[in-house]
Amino acid sequence: MLLYFIKRIFLGILIIGVAMTLMFFMIHLVPGDPARILLGPRATPEMIADISMRMGLDQPLVIQLMKFLGNILQGDLGMDVISNRPVTAIVFGQLPYTLWLIFSAIIGAMLIGIPLGCYSALHRNTLADRISGVISVACITAPSFVVALYSLLIFAVTLKWFPSIGAGEKGDFFDQLSHLVLPAFAIGLAWVGYLSRLVRASMLEVMGENHIRTARAYGLTETTIVYRYALKIAILPTVTVIGVGMGFLISAAVLTEIVFARPGLGKLIIESITSRNYPVVMGSVLISTVLFVISTTISDLVNASLDPRIRANL
Amino acid sequence: MKVAIKRISSDPLGLLGLCLVTLMVVSALGASIFAPYDPIQLNIMERLQGPSANHLLGTDQLGRDLFSRVLFGGQVALKVAFLSIGSALIVGIILGLIAGYGPVWLDNSIMLLFDTIRSVPTIMLALVTVAFVGASLTTLIFVIAASSIPTYGRIVRTQTLTIKSKDFVKAEMLMGASVLRILSIHLLPNILGPLLILASMDIPSIIALEAGLSFLGMGVKPPTPSWGSILNDGFTLIRNTPWPIIAGSIPLVLATLGFTFLGESLRDLLDPKLRKLI
Amino acid sequence: MSDNILRIRDLSVNYQTNRGILKALRHVNLDIPKGSIVGVVGESGCGKSTLITSIIRQLDANADIPNGLIEFEKQDLLKLSQDNMRNISGTKISIVFQNPMSTLNPVISIGRQMIDIQYRDKISKKIKKQRSIDMLTKVGIPDPHIQFNQYPHELSGGMQQRVSIAMALQAGPSLLIADEPTTALDATLEVQILKLLKELQEELGCSILFVSHHLGVIAELCDHVVVMYAGQVVEQGSTYEIFNNPAHPYTVKLLECDPASISKKQRLLPTIPGEIPDLINLSEGCIFKNRCNRSIDRCDKDTPIWNEFDKAHFVSCHLTES
Repeated sequence: MLLYFIKRIFLGILIIGVAMTLMFFMIHLVPGDPARILLGPRATPEMIADISMRMGLDQPLVIQLMKFLGNILQGDLGMDVISNRPVTAIVFGQLPYTLWLIFSAIIGAMLIGIPLGCYSALHRNTLADRISGVISVACITAPSFVVALYSLLIFAVTLKWFPSIGAGEKGDFFDQLSHLVLPAFAIGLAWVGYLSRLVRASMLEVMGENHIRTARAYGLTETTIVYRYALKIAILPTVTVIGVGMGFLISAAVLTEIVFARPGLGKLIIESITSRNYPVVMGSVLISTVLFVISTTISDLVNASLDPRIRANL
Repeated sequence: MKVAIKRISSDPLGLLGLCLVTLMVVSALGASIFAPYDPIQLNIMERLQGPSANHLLGTDQLGRDLFSRVLFGGQVALKVAFLSIGSALIVGIILGLIAGYGPVWLDNSIMLLFDTIRSVPTIMLALVTVAFVGASLTTLIFVIAASSIPTYGRIVRTQTLTIKSKDFVKAEMLMGASVLRILSIHLLPNILGPLLILASMDIPSIIALEAGLSFLGMGVKPPTPSWGSILNDGFTLIRNTPWPIIAGSIPLVLATLGFTFLGESLRDLLDPKLRKLI
Repeated sequence: MSDNILRIRDLSVNYQTNRGILKALRHVNLDIPKGSIVGVVGESGCGKSTLITSIIRQLDANADIPNGLIEFEKQDLLKLSQDNMRNISGTKISIVFQNPMSTLNPVISIGRQMIDIQYRDKISKKIKKQRSIDMLTKVGIPDPHIQFNQYPHELSGGMQQRVSIAMALQAGPSLLIADEPTTALDATLEVQILKLLKELQEELGCSILFVSHHLGVIAELCDHVVVMYAGQVVEQGSTYEIFNNPAHPYTVKLLECDPASISKKQRLLPTIPGEIPDLINLSEGCIFKNRCNRSIDRCDKDTPIWNEFDKAHFVSCHLTES
């Protein structure tokens, strides 16, 4: 079991390494002098000389790659070409906003989606089940930024129930909360549908299995059977799905942040692309990749520890 | 084919999907015929109008007819979807075969590459490529294809490994059958079906991805109409008029719903057991 | 004969299916005397499973009981509320199923499961745990303290079945239902489990309803035998009577077909020609008439009545009615 943990974490680190290497080669895709590209139009000869030395731009590619990776491992993602602040600081400054958004979206989706799926499974083929089934599919297929746009249009602009721009006053919890509602809703809606369908299918499968019949034969209460015996098994696919879904969550967050003019990685990366601020672009992508890899690694590890059957097969 | 259509028709959602998809494809392919106006024709006099007999979906801030833009936007969506999935399938199959059949180190390297690509959130991958290479239809197709290759490649590779280890294949190999023969006779016919279904179920998300990127201004370049760029215009004008948003979102939602229902119907049709895989 | 712990009278169970109403059990009578082991034997599809699920009231949603009485300890189980039935299931009546791997919850340790089923008892967890460990020792599980925290898949098949038996007997039931408990085990394990059941039964004094399609096991273990065919009980009596003086033609044929009873070398194994009748479109008369080699005209028209044709030996066949 410990071996599996180590192997899995090592794989995660390896993937991050390969991603960083790919980023490195991206710079060289752009026509022109890499130093100037990285530094932008305000590059002074001193800055160019400095960066050439730090990144070894006059040296063979392999050495450059080594220096590049080395820099990153030391926490140096380069400097923002416009404000001349370290990229790391900029990206980590914006990251919390995105994390909060993703976190609230998925927690909200789980709080609604999992019970909904449970209910549908226990009352299957009733009218309520069928209706929620169709609604679930509709939720899943509507692209999240369309949901975001409509939420903005209906709830913020027209009805004025919620604010339409930004993340709210720092330090004012409720203000920040009200700014979170619509964006989290936009991202979470698809997940409510997805999770409820998943839990429903999973529960139906588990409830039909022999050990549930045994539990009933032993007179265990329906509550115990559903919420402890069945749900514990049925919830496993949910864990994997959320872990892997981090990628979708990040993508959805990017678009939603733009729609609601919220600070975060999305806004950061779009602005950086427009202003050709390549170090920030790379830094944002790298951080989001690390986030994704951490998330899938954690979900794999949690999955392995929750289901003893998987543990036995390792 | 006829049998397929008949069976899909028996499933109400599948039928709905088929109708929506047909509607979308026909209107996109025949955009030049159906569109009442040139989609990039400016007409400042008639800007920001709501729907009317003249302009079924109204006009945008430059007076362009939204209905025509929507029809031509469908062309972009279809182009991106089919070209990117098509190329992803081809490259994915090839790489998957190589990974499955070739030496272990090659397999491991290819799989690592696949895992890495899959570990970068798709939109981030697209954005960073666009940042360095510039936005265009070709870039879009390339990036979307690149992000889909690992999924298909992995399936092909797993199947190749399974087939490779089957006794009857080993027997054939002993008798001197060429790799090509084994692949084409034993492998490809079996995986092509599920692969195509899987690919068709990716279409909705790819259409959404293209729309999303165009919405961010990182997709097709203006003035080419794309549902995403219509939505972007609508976003800027959100306090003035809701119509561009409505115009851009309707085809997007209908297309994604249609392809999703159709895809699920096809999948259940061909093999209900796939429900667990896909 | 001492009085009965379980009395089933005239039990019929129907299932709603696409093709029509499937009459899975028809007018079943069955007695289980206190402290005895009653075996139910019959082919696949004869209704054994339906019988068991009826007793523990776990029938599927599409099942319907048009008539019948299941009397247990002076109560008609069919008339009990779900809550009251739940109090009996697992305590006074418990059950051991066929395939232990699929009947134990795979993600909860066996110890946890054994404690959970004691939830009605208002005693400390420590006492519950001790009770379970004592039970595990009784069924022959080595190192019960360690096994207590194991998961089902970490135990062998034989061990799992012992655990199932421990769970079933933990509450000291008056009736243990064993649904083909040894079918999924190999022959050596089967012998051990049967021995265990016999010992425990003698010690605890409970009754056992033992369902099987294996005649040898029934002969070995049971005091009384009930023979079922196509949803009906066709014969019931003591083991000795059934095996030595079988009255119903089906029982006779069943015994003939048991490979253990073959004395002369022969190429072909004996079978009963024909197939089980369609339980949806039943015809008149005796249920076995199509496959019976001694049927008379009356068998086509009249359904035979359940009668006691010899002391404590019941059968439903026209040939025994005088």
